[in-house]
Amino acid sequence: MFLLLQANTTELYSLRDLMLIAPELILTVCGCVALVMEVVLPYRKSKWTAYFALVSIGLAAASLASLYFANRDLFPLDGFYGMLRIDGFAILFKAIFLIGAALTVAVSMRYLDVEGEQHGEYYALVLFATVGMMFLACGFDLISLYISLELMALTFYVLVAFTKREKRSNEAAMKYFLLGAFSSGILLYGMSLLYGVAGSTNLGEIGRSIGVALQPSVNELGMMTSGIPLRPLILLGVIALSAGLFFKISAVPFHMWAPDAYEGAPTPVTAFLSTGSKAASFALYLRIFTEALGGLRGTALDWAPLVAIVAAITILVGNWAAVTQENSKRLLAYSSISNAGYVLLGLVAGNSYGYIGIVIYLLVYTLMNIGAFGIIISLRRRGIIGDNVNDMAGLAQKAPGMAAMMAIFMLSLGGLPATGGFIGKYFLFGGLLQRGRLEEKSWYYWLAAWAIINTVVSFYYYVRFIKVMYLGERVADDRPLALSPALRAALVVSLIGVIIIGIYPQPFIDLAQKLITPLTAGALAFR
Amino acid sequence: MTELAINFPFALQGAPAPQVQGIDLSWYLALSAVLFTIGVVGVIIKRNVISMFMCIELMLNAVNLTFVAFASYFRDVTGQLFVFIVMTVAAAEAAVGLGIIIAIFRNRESLDVDDANILKL
Repeated sequence: MFLLLQANTTELYSLRDLMLIAPELILTVCGCVALVMEVVLPYRKSKWTAYFALVSIGLAAASLASLYFANRDLFPLDGFYGMLRIDGFAILFKAIFLIGAALTVAVSMRYLDVEGEQHGEYYALVLFATVGMMFLACGFDLISLYISLELMALTFYVLVAFTKREKRSNEAAMKYFLLGAFSSGILLYGMSLLYGVAGSTNLGEIGRSIGVALQPSVNELGMMTSGIPLRPLILLGVIALSAGLFFKISAVPFHMWAPDAYEGAPTPVTAFLSTGSKAASFALYLRIFTEALGGLRGTALDWAPLVAIVAAITILVGNWAAVTQENSKRLLAYSSISNAGYVLLGLVAGNSYGYIGIVIYLLVYTLMNIGAFGIIISLRRRGIIGDNVNDMAGLAQKAPGMAAMMAIFMLSLGGLPATGGFIGKYFLFGGLLQRGRLEEKSWYYWLAAWAIINTVVSFYYYVRFIKVMYLGERVADDRPLALSPALRAALVVSLIGVIIIGIYPQPFIDLAQKLITPLTAGALAFR
Repeated sequence: MTELAINFPFALQGAPAPQVQGIDLSWYLALSAVLFTIGVVGVIIKRNVISMFMCIELMLNAVNLTFVAFASYFRDVTGQLFVFIVMTVAAAEAAVGLGIIIAIFRNRESLDVDDANILKL
């Protein structure tokens, strides 16, 4: 406390700055406490750490809510000399991460019991990864964004390798680590080039410098005084940044790590990796590409065609590769690749429809994907991994409730009306059509049509789960499922979320619109 | 050369960057681009995990060189700061990476990535 006061007098940072990151501070402290609990508690009591992690996520959520209600008229708030920006966008994404983290902790407990790896540091790592994601959502400077990205990535490398005696987990961790570190390097190179353009690492400053470099009065290449042409520098920076980010969100052609990492990782980690980590990477993507590079839309250096092509190929490859998969975790990995493609469409649209679509889709995706992985976890027991599609055979007779839940999650992933997935896809595709009408360019319409056609294809493999569960000839194994209360609660919460957003989406849409609109305005102000 | 790396007092902000005769910013950028490319190619063609990891470190250090060159050009400390942070993160990454590599070696006694083939398309 004394240190804090001292810092306050020298104005290095103020108490107000610390209040802005209160949810993250709570999670960090609780993560450290969880590490100590692991050492102190005996093994059979290590579940207490899990409950402690749930409580700390709840505390962080409460603090996030109070932060929102105390400051909602003052957004955006800058803290730590422009390192962080708390606005509606950041609050929304942080809420999504907290929901994802809580559900992950809840579905993890039983899985780790079965694996015999119920260790407290697992929950500490989940909390630290969540802290990284939350800072990703509010970082407004390349430095803070890079640190938080690495905090998230490093904890995930460890989480993927968590069942360290299992060869599949080792191998997945190695592949994920090598490609993740490689992509971070490429991303960092893009960041260094943007720094070279602007002479500052602040996203707002970079946006302004890019605006200046693109003005027609600046000569053909936009020369710096040193003779370095600016526009090629911007182009190279944007390409390197995009390549790094495409890796993180597992878009084609940088998707090869995803199926391996998803299949080999412990199932709850796969759930968190495919929802939290992906949503956080999208937050980073949106932040950089609207605040810093938004001015490039509609100029010669427009990044929208690049993103559109990648999105189209990602949707195609993800959906068609999923059709032939036998392993359900691998199948969901390819489905997650194609979903990344759908979310990219919102970025291509770049209007409030698209952004609302991104936020709602990521929220629904978090719920339905953790739900689906939760069902896969419930099939796991000693000796049976339960991650083959055929392991679900006869689930409808054995556990009708679980089968119905799985069916709803699958239909929602496909985007059937009256489920949450439909609302998200509706806004993503609607944003594209709106943009196409506004700019009178037909390729937006073609892109939307392409996405819709591929959505129809995706039903093939989602319905396959339902077919196996309800019409499967044999019962894979007839012992009843052993559900823990936490797993059951997580499944029910996910189910309720998916259904409510599907049937009565209006409050969510209103909230997203209110909180996201300033971002759209900022992106459009450059034009 | 040493002058370029060391001199960045705040008082000098706005003053012309000190230059070694005939070597301007573009030389440093070209060098770092070449180093970065060597790193990328190394990651793609090497088959040993440790070698691949070293190539990744080479990429990070090439980026550091870019940052330092720009920081010196702009007379701005932020770029130098970024380098420190990249080095710290790289150290943490090395710790995690070597931990994973040891776990793999214990289980299968090989560090060749082509042997890592349980998970396949």
